[in-house]
Amino acid sequence: MTSDRSLALRRSIPGTALFDGELAERGFQLNAMCFSFNEAANRKAFLADEDAYCAKFALTPEQRKAVADRDVPAMLRAGGNVYYLAKLAGIFGLNVQDLGALQTGRPLQEFKDYLVSQRAGIDPAIAGLHVSREIA
Amino acid sequence: MMAEIVGAYFTSHVPAIGGAIARGDQHNEYWKPFFDGFPSVRRWLAEVKPDVAVVFSNDHGLNFFLDAMPTFAVGAAKSYANEDEGWGLPVYKSFEGHPALSWHVIEELVGSEFDITTCQKMLVDHAVSIPFELAWPDAAEWPVKIVPIAINTVQFPVPSPKRCLALGRAVGRALRSWQGNERIVVIGTGGLSHQLEGERAGFMNPDYDKFCLDHLAADPDALTQHSVEEVAQLAGTQGIEILNWIAARGALGDVPLAEVTRNYHIPISNTAACTLVLEPA
Ligand SMILES: [Fe+2]
Repeated sequence: MTSDRSLALRRSIPGTALFDGELAERGFQLNAMCFSFNEAANRKAFLADEDAYCAKFALTPEQRKAVADRDVPAMLRAGGNVYYLAKLAGIFGLNVQDLGALQTGRPLQEFKDYLVSQRAGIDPAIAGLHVSREIA
Repeated sequence: MMAEIVGAYFTSHVPAIGGAIARGDQHNEYWKPFFDGFPSVRRWLAEVKPDVAVVFSNDHGLNFFLDAMPTFAVGAAKSYANEDEGWGLPVYKSFEGHPALSWHVIEELVGSEFDITTCQKMLVDHAVSIPFELAWPDAAEWPVKIVPIAINTVQFPVPSPKRCLALGRAVGRALRSWQGNERIVVIGTGGLSHQLEGERAGFMNPDYDKFCLDHLAADPDALTQHSVEEVAQLAGTQGIEILNWIAARGALGDVPLAEVTRNYHIPISNTAACTLVLEPA
């Protein structure tokens, strides 16, 4: 059995909701639409008529609004999973660093600086390249 | 005549690596510390000359969707294609499969009471292609056949580190009992710590990564003290891709291992990146 402590973590890690059955059920339509964006023709169809494309996947009103608003936190609350949402973001030319900036409310450069700043936390014992057996 | 496990190659598989390769950015200031980890990997592969790779990775929504999400899926196809993943990466070369070895692994796994999914058709995404592009950058075709094993890291409940280590150990038993003369490299891809979504996006944890690197070779059971939810807390939501490393480590068996090369760098994209080669001591 998954322990109560682990189950509680699904919703209690700060700034994080682990994507479980509840979210997967809530987000099915939105994620299904995003999954369809593996195909270029579908990306094109979405861009050509976003309303019609979203209707085809029967997005919930909450999901439709989140997509219309390009509101990533709202997409997550509506059950979107980041692996699939990344395909939608790609249509708008956004990568995962853009997504990070959007979700944390930081300007992009500040978010990138935050990523780089974490290098300072590396124990020198594991930093960088270590070659234990040289091969000619 | 017995197959030989020559060792294991582990690496992060961040899609942005594919972008860097496509642009030829391997030597720029941002990417060089990561790509510097690969000449020694390539020399090792040239020395140990594997014929087959057993690859533990996770699908990111290319082959599997939420309509049917296997916890563990083992490929048993004659070939595996990569396809458009929707975010602008090039489509990578296809892989030749090794169905006979796949079925042998499947027999051992189900015989060991792992209720896996078997796939005679399976696309593989950047989690397989990018580690190969990094390892064999100039190959016209891949020099090894593959047996891909996909672990669900998308939808909780996700299998525990303990279960993934046990899965890997069972795969290792299958490889050691295979009556062929193949030289087999085990590959584990993904990680290390990173989180893409939510207000905690950008989270990394070099201390937990160090814990994993300190114990993976000599005491992989140490990594099973955490539930997968605890791993998500420690390593970030996508940091649970360490499960692929744990399973790959299990496949090496409980033999003394030596580290050949290791490279740890923060950040590439949103990720604490690591590359590692282990071989039997
Ligand atoms: Fe990944």
